[in-house]
Amino acid sequence: MERTIFTKFLFRNPSILIFLGVLSVVCIAVTILGEGFGIGIISTSFIKTLGKTLCLCMIAIAMDLVWGFCGILSLGHFAFFGLGGYMIGMWLMFARTKMIVMQASVNAALPLTPAEISDAVGIQIFGVVGGSDIPVIWSFADMFWAQIALVVLVPGLVAFVFGWLAFRSRVNGVYLSILTQAMTLALSLYLFQNDSGLRGNNGLSGLQNIPGLDDVPQSLLSISFFLASAFALAVVYIIATAVTKSKLGNIIEGIRDNEARVRFLGYNVESYKLFIFVMTAIIAAVAGALYYPQAGIINPAELAPIASIYLAVWVAIGGRGRVYGAVIGAAFVSLLSSYFTGGQAPDIPLGFGTIRWTEWWLVLLGFSFVLVTLYAPKGIGGLVDRLPRLGGR
Amino acid sequence: MSNLLYVDNISVSFDGFKAINCLSFEIGFAEMRAIIGPNGAGKTTFMDIVTGKTRPDSGAVRWGDAGSSLLRKSEAQIAQLGIGRKFQKPTTFETQSVYDNLLMALSNKRSPFSVLTYARNKVDEAQISQIASQINLQESLSRLAGELSHGQKQWLEIGMLLAQDPQLLLVDEPAAGMTAPERAVTVTLLKELARTRSVIVVEHDMEFIRQLECRVTVLHEGAVLAEGSLDFVTRNQDVIDVYLGR
Repeated sequence: MERTIFTKFLFRNPSILIFLGVLSVVCIAVTILGEGFGIGIISTSFIKTLGKTLCLCMIAIAMDLVWGFCGILSLGHFAFFGLGGYMIGMWLMFARTKMIVMQASVNAALPLTPAEISDAVGIQIFGVVGGSDIPVIWSFADMFWAQIALVVLVPGLVAFVFGWLAFRSRVNGVYLSILTQAMTLALSLYLFQNDSGLRGNNGLSGLQNIPGLDDVPQSLLSISFFLASAFALAVVYIIATAVTKSKLGNIIEGIRDNEARVRFLGYNVESYKLFIFVMTAIIAAVAGALYYPQAGIINPAELAPIASIYLAVWVAIGGRGRVYGAVIGAAFVSLLSSYFTGGQAPDIPLGFGTIRWTEWWLVLLGFSFVLVTLYAPKGIGGLVDRLPRLGGR
Repeated sequence: MSNLLYVDNISVSFDGFKAINCLSFEIGFAEMRAIIGPNGAGKTTFMDIVTGKTRPDSGAVRWGDAGSSLLRKSEAQIAQLGIGRKFQKPTTFETQSVYDNLLMALSNKRSPFSVLTYARNKVDEAQISQIASQINLQESLSRLAGELSHGQKQWLEIGMLLAQDPQLLLVDEPAAGMTAPERAVTVTLLKELARTRSVIVVEHDMEFIRQLECRVTVLHEGAVLAEGSLDFVTRNQDVIDVYLGR
């Protein structure tokens, strides 16, 4: 029964089928062409870039739900992404450091006491910020499942408290956007402090090494993370489509278009906004938890307000108010960005000067944002509307 | 006789301007009432207070047989109690279909989780198509509300009120911008509504109000100037002065 409902849902929403099809083709192609399982034409570092891009697509879907569908222009969702990364990073770093400490003590006369282990791990991790005590917030860092739970709980709780206060006071529009910027800036500044317990500006590093999997080469790990990210993206895509096609989708679009009218229909607008805000924060956090093991390092700069603004730009370019638009925008812009800023794009000599893409990329991005806003307000995804109808909206 | 809504001696001022000045008003069950008054008489503010958008500085608003106060309630809570509002400008959700507009208004559970897990069902579909035929939009259920004509949007909004199944309807200028035949349909629709629930119609158009055949309350400078049949109030010297200028 459950299965038939799900299959019916899939066929009523052809965009899901198309999306899953494209994603599977990409996965198979990358697996065959990549190192690890395949023939090795695609380098491990590029597979990591692709895997990270999938995570960015995921947070872009979250942004699209909260902004494109519900009309809340949050400029703080990268804070949740970063928090998710920090939560998984704590386990990665702690468990691996502990293993190294244990290995180093294999030949010692006496086995290490728990206190000695904790001291050694503490010095390893917190030496750079001049400490050796393990902060309270690392209490669960040794427990994988607890830390996985925190990936969801911590950003979810932050989003809940922030959203509850903001929405209850009916902070709207640009004021809410400023407030979300302030939130991510405050969080980033807090994390920059050495006594924040998360290694200040050093952040967490060595995250590409998975505890207990030291013998597995990075080429295999990277393709595994790529596939895991693809799977998570597919799940998030289906959830997002289900939410937007449900009656809840009608209500949040109503809130976007005319909040007061939804109130007079008897809906408690605040709880809907809060629901979407927390849900998207959790999606962002899961995306972050998959992203940072592929990036290898997380530091407070990742939570800087500018990241969340880029996120809005991706969604705007891709086309907000449609789930695939967010994916197209994030994939397109972030891949172009890594092409132009990675030094692969050829410089253009102009006689009086040279266009170096590493510097001029932002100009190009800004220019295309202006162009999209003026000439394709529905973004790249909006171009799909001009294709002959495939059925479904 | 008990009343559905008592508004007792309310006042509200914005930046020193008294929009509502010691206004008292009541309406019974299944009663139709027209409110008229020149611009700035406080008609919209009055509606804002009843629906919870604006809090009065003083006075009381009581609802139903139990006489519970509406003053501390949010717009959503008041709407759930059974007060529906139709705005002056038709405000439907233009990017959504007529069906979805009516579905949202339908008096089902209103919490995010019950809405998320809502499944289409026969009962609701039957109710929606029944309302749609009442408002002459049965052919347009799958059209976007934004594609409808002005008059159709007004009807859709009335349909959304029907779907909410309120006990009291506040209708702000329902005939504005309508053609004569559309007006006639609207009159029938409102009279039909008033058979089972109370309706307050705010309107400028005297001819329209005459067709409604109901009691009329005249507002002026935030207070009730006169009340009675249309003929009675239009003969009232105060009302004539206000409308024609002293």
